[in-house]
Amino acid sequence: MLDATPLEPTPATGFLVTLLSFFSYFMLFSQFPMTRNIPWVNLLLFALALGLLGVGLRRAFRQPERYQGKVLGPVLAVLSVLILGLFLFYNFSFSRQLPASAGAPRVGEKAPDFTLPDQHGQPVKLSELWAPAAAGAEAKPARWVLLVFYRGYW
Amino acid sequence: MQKHLEALTARGVWILAISVDPAEISRQHAEKQGYTYTFLSDEKAEVIRRYDLLHEHGGPTGDIARPAEFLIDSTGTIRWSNLAKDYRVRLQAEEILKVLDQLERTPPNPSS
Repeated sequence: MLDATPLEPTPATGFLVTLLSFFSYFMLFSQFPMTRNIPWVNLLLFALALGLLGVGLRRAFRQPERYQGKVLGPVLAVLSVLILGLFLFYNFSFSRQLPASAGAPRVGEKAPDFTLPDQHGQPVKLSELWAPAAAGAEAKPARWVLLVFYRGYW
Repeated sequence: MQKHLEALTARGVWILAISVDPAEISRQHAEKQGYTYTFLSDEKAEVIRRYDLLHEHGGPTGDIARPAEFLIDSTGTIRWSNLAKDYRVRLQAEEILKVLDQLERTPPNPSS
């Protein structure tokens, strides 16, 4: 890092942008459908990181004393590529490995009835939600029920 | 969902969010996030299994539900469903409102 300014393309800046891209996805951009469903902000950041690494590596081999040398440069580049690989795997492969659920109830079928406790421990029975007053004093009976199965926060 | 909860509630939609999380975890989570809809706790994944939505070893502590949504009418019939292909891509309330628009224009099953 010696004399190189922070904005200069060096393997280190490339690596830092890689880290920034990886962590900003999970800490920030994955919270918004716009930047989560297709992680374009992070892909752009990764592209920038690769650019910095590419230029940085070339410089490192020409002026090793100024740009993290011939050893650290490639090490940072390899680490960056591994991090990018992990990101791509998570976003485009791992999160799509879901069971087929071929036996899930289909449109036109009756929804299997159930009773489960709500977040306050009160039992809720699906088939009773349609009945007036069954759901509680002030609550209106449901016209539609949207069941949302989700992974959970553990 | 919370953002559009009023619009959904006005149309008589009740949201039941089901996961293997214990009720206490859901209560804390709902409180923290300001969610006012109903969270149901299926710790043994019995209902999740009945709906064939079990994702074995999907979570750090074992089996969880794969994301899926079902819209049920007042006869208990499923009128619309969605099995997520990518768990990062979540259902948007706008989509449900669109589906409702369509469903409320067409009778459930004209032949029966």
